[in-house]
Amino acid sequence: MKRSNAPVFWVLFGAGGMLAALLGPALVLITGIATPLGAGLPADLLSYARLAALARNGWGKACLFLIITLFAWHAMHRIYHSLHDLGLRTGALAKLACYGGALTITVVTAIGLLSLGF
Amino acid sequence: MTEPRTVEIRVLRYHPQHDAQPAWQSYTIPFDDDTSVLQGLLYIKDELDGTLSFRWSCRMAICGSCGMMINGKPQLSCHTFLRDLLPGPVRIEALAHFPVERDLIVSAGGFVSKLESIKPYLIPREPRALAAGEYLQTPEELERYEQFSACINCMLCYAACPEYGLNADFTGPGVLALLQRYNADSRDGGRAERMPVLNAEEGVWTCMAVGYCSEVCPKRVDPAHAVNQNKATSAADYFLRFLRPKRDRHE
Amino acid sequence: MSESLRAPHPYVRSMRGWWRRDPFFVRYMLREATAVGVLVYAVILTTGVVRLAQGEDTWNGWRAALRTPWSVLLHLVLLVAMVFHALTWFEIMPKTLPAIFIGGRRVSAATITRGGWTAAVVACVALVALAWWWGS
Repeated sequence: MKRSNAPVFWVLFGAGGMLAALLGPALVLITGIATPLGAGLPADLLSYARLAALARNGWGKACLFLIITLFAWHAMHRIYHSLHDLGLRTGALAKLACYGGALTITVVTAIGLLSLGF
Repeated sequence: MTEPRTVEIRVLRYHPQHDAQPAWQSYTIPFDDDTSVLQGLLYIKDELDGTLSFRWSCRMAICGSCGMMINGKPQLSCHTFLRDLLPGPVRIEALAHFPVERDLIVSAGGFVSKLESIKPYLIPREPRALAAGEYLQTPEELERYEQFSACINCMLCYAACPEYGLNADFTGPGVLALLQRYNADSRDGGRAERMPVLNAEEGVWTCMAVGYCSEVCPKRVDPAHAVNQNKATSAADYFLRFLRPKRDRHE
Repeated sequence: MSESLRAPHPYVRSMRGWWRRDPFFVRYMLREATAVGVLVYAVILTTGVVRLAQGEDTWNGWRAALRTPWSVLLHLVLLVAMVFHALTWFEIMPKTLPAIFIGGRRVSAATITRGGWTAAVVACVALVALAWWWGS
């Protein structure tokens, strides 16, 4: 029986899933609800000055990169398999679309973060 | 004397030489508080319709022969009681996700081949003479595999597993639980020989952790645990294989 | 019998709509669907990084978009998705771990799940506290 390459995607899926489970709710609350509404957190929490400083910091870069990309790899792995569960044919094209999407997010995020400098 | 209570049983009938596809057939049978679905089927076969075909043997949930879909759920017919399915009608069909050979009988050959493929027997670490005496095992060592050894090969977990339903090549919950039973037994040294089964796409990697297999298991084997804990084992084997000499790489 | 007999063949039943046949499967599909929420949020954050890299004005434009009612509504949906993901994630987690023994006794799946949920609550509270401190 031929060895599967699934472990690569599964490890990314697991890491992203754990991160999303532990921090996802708080992140959505902070960035998408509390700060925009100025409820519980100051409305200017995500000011350019603060975020640029965070993104220029080495640790800050790493955190932003890991959160965004691991969320993406987790989600695409699950979505790919859900397509199969829904009865859709999941050949090479579906794999390319899903994991290619995660790769795109990874590359765009990396370029964006690196272009901000240190 | 009062009239015995009756219930309607609807069975999905199929004859491989007469029928293009299965069709429902209804029977009305008497029952009381301890009549199992199996007893109901036996009444139908003995008194109403001798052509009804189904597998059964022990009548006590240990042989694993009488698995079927009862009101849409995989159950052992000897272990399911009509008193719990009232007012009826009780819908009975062959175990899901398997080809139907006739009436409630499914093709089980694929399952048997998969079972053979995992070497379901103790493979000693080294040759051991009788004079060495019996293996000793602590209660904790026993607990590590005992649950998985309760499997009766009834295949209800396969009927529960949608990934098996979508891909019949999936090794499946029951067989992988038995693989884990042997790997986890302190007397066994055959883990390396069983790795290729785990590592294949049709091994653990078709499992999506739906978990319904463990819900329906009549023996509480928890096959979902057996399969999913081996994802980490298989992944470790995948990433660490290049640290091993070529002959130990399980390719 | 005078009727002609077909060549015998086993009957293979369709898997169409399989997940609608049982509430257990519906819950499974909802669990898997949380991935769409995680993806949407990842895309929102990716857009944010791009807007940040493009300068202060574009960054403030992205922030303004987050302040619209539609965005807040979307994030409420994403919050539900994240919470359901966290709940179900730690429900499955015990199945992915080998049997754990502490002091000779097996740690139950329920204990591991509750431990995971606790860790998630602690992590979320800590992150919100950190954000509050950062903004003060």
